[in-house]
Amino acid sequence: MHRWGMVIDLDKCTACQACVVACLAENNIALIGPEESAKGRTIHWIELVPYIEGEYPHVKARLIPRPCMHCDHPPCTKVCPVYATYLNEEGIVTQINYRCIGCRYCTTACPYTVKYFNWYEPKWPEEMKGALNRDVSIRTKGVVEKCTFCHHRLLQAREKAKAEGRGLLPEDYVPACVQACPSGAMFFGDLNDPFSTVSKLSRERRAFRLMEDLGTEPKVYYLSEGV
Amino acid sequence: MEELNLKQEDEILFRPVERTGRAFYLTLTLLITLIFWAIYAYQFQYQEGLGVTGLARPIFWGVYITNFVFFIGISHAGTLISAILRLAKAEWRRSITRSAEVITVLVLFFGVGNILMDLGRPDRMLNIIKYSQFQSPLLWDVSSITIYLTASSIYLYLPLIPDIALLRDRNGKRRWFYRILALGWRGTERQHRLLEKGISFMAILVIPIAVSVHTVVSFVFAMTIQPMWHSAIFGPYFVAGAIFSGIAALIIAMNIIRKVYHLEEYLRPVHFNHLGVLLLVMTLLWFYFTFTEYLTTYYGGEPIHMRIFWMKFTGGFAPYFWGMFLFCFVIPLPILSFKKTRTPLGTLIASISVIIGMWLERYVIVVPTLTNPRLPNEMVIYFPTWIEWSMFAGCISFFILLYMIFTKLFPIVSIWEVREGREKSMAEVQERIKTYLPGIGVE
Repeated sequence: MHRWGMVIDLDKCTACQACVVACLAENNIALIGPEESAKGRTIHWIELVPYIEGEYPHVKARLIPRPCMHCDHPPCTKVCPVYATYLNEEGIVTQINYRCIGCRYCTTACPYTVKYFNWYEPKWPEEMKGALNRDVSIRTKGVVEKCTFCHHRLLQAREKAKAEGRGLLPEDYVPACVQACPSGAMFFGDLNDPFSTVSKLSRERRAFRLMEDLGTEPKVYYLSEGV
Repeated sequence: MEELNLKQEDEILFRPVERTGRAFYLTLTLLITLIFWAIYAYQFQYQEGLGVTGLARPIFWGVYITNFVFFIGISHAGTLISAILRLAKAEWRRSITRSAEVITVLVLFFGVGNILMDLGRPDRMLNIIKYSQFQSPLLWDVSSITIYLTASSIYLYLPLIPDIALLRDRNGKRRWFYRILALGWRGTERQHRLLEKGISFMAILVIPIAVSVHTVVSFVFAMTIQPMWHSAIFGPYFVAGAIFSGIAALIIAMNIIRKVYHLEEYLRPVHFNHLGVLLLVMTLLWFYFTFTEYLTTYYGGEPIHMRIFWMKFTGGFAPYFWGMFLFCFVIPLPILSFKKTRTPLGTLIASISVIIGMWLERYVIVVPTLTNPRLPNEMVIYFPTWIEWSMFAGCISFFILLYMIFTKLFPIVSIWEVREGREKSMAEVQERIKTYLPGIGVE
């Protein structure tokens, strides 16, 4: 059984936000316009978070790309009253958009605030209508959405491997953000495979996870910079 | 002769049911206007989406959730006051229990209603039954509120039966209606015995249910790991707050009923004095819980909690926080401390203050925590829009409307219990005192 995970090397990350843009395009994320954005309603399945530690004069600022952590003990799935979000057997925290009742309990329970709500019907500029990704369903107003590790790509990769009569290879399934990263700072793969890149990197000395003390067991690892 | 006199005395209790004045219709019109306004606002929200509220990320919950907790809190007026007083055999309860029980049953609908208004997809709300995930505290709420609503409806209905029978036998309006609801009550010895048994059973049953309801409401917050929510004190804190606001709501309702229906003889200053003492106890208890909660946070001094703590004490939420402290403690405490000011008017002022304060308390629990998520975030300040305020006004209006209609269908003071008190309780109390003390009852 696979256990999908991600490693982001902060030493290599240039904070260019290519991952953010790739994700927007890949996952049909609504463009809500500047007014709504100013209210704090932007949707970013992956976002660059300014992480400031310590106080002047010993301040350490980091820019951390933050997708969904796909926790092994997700606080969000526990509180969902309708199983609209759950941890699947391969470790991905999935969202069932057409079942979600929009109570926003998961959004408040997530300590990483990775969940987003559709305050209005999602909209795109007219010119972009043809550019939507047909493999990803479009959400309606009133439901919660978040990073799925591009789960649709996994389904496609499986189909392809099956058609070609072979097993799933590591390069078959990569989320859009990882694929787009120009500096090669993002890695993706099976954490259960002891020889996979992510598995090896996750055991490196530089590896850490966000808010490990919460016991949520995230499957997104970071490699700290400048060691 | 004496019998006749008593009957005439209680005549005033039937009057609201039988006669309706112009003031009633005027109030009704005003309330209905407000309700239609709220319906319009909701319709707008339903069409457009929750974007019409002031909510955003990360403040996903606001006034609706505040109101949910607030209304469910008020519902603790009826059951707890009435059930505890019944079980304690407090004789002064007789004329106030009904008005308390009605609050419980009616206000629960608005607690639940606020959750439904808060849903992004209210059309899918039955998914809660279809795909129930019982690990979610929201489902604990659904279960315990359903049980509470059922139990408190029965608890309201049982003591109502003899009064309905009285109305049926008076040849007034709506006799067919009362005939059905009276369930063939004839007031026989056996029926009375069964009724008393039923009422005492429900009075006992309803107390743990009421406690569970507000505990579970607090669990919605306490079960998450968010700072200043994840607290074991939340269960009892919420229950105490609920009883606190419940008593306040009851005192306000009794004041209005007393004035409007001229029931000064039934709802006397002594009732307000006694309820005022109860409210005073709850004021102190509220302070105790609040003090404990914030001292624990402050002493521990964890940065993640302290961010929210300071935001409440000196930051953006200071007006709400200190407003809460003013309305929940500073204003009611001196009024309720002195017998001289524990008058109907004095307790009314204290109660209005408590109601405002308790709403602020709910707000101060829900919003500041969400404003400060663990991961750095854009600073978003939540302020409710006209939609949310309209809906709040609509809920309160609808509640008052239902309450008014209730007083027009059923006597708001339990007639048979008042009569029973007059006829039997003197002897009963004497008997009871004899069992307490030595040296009495030898003669």
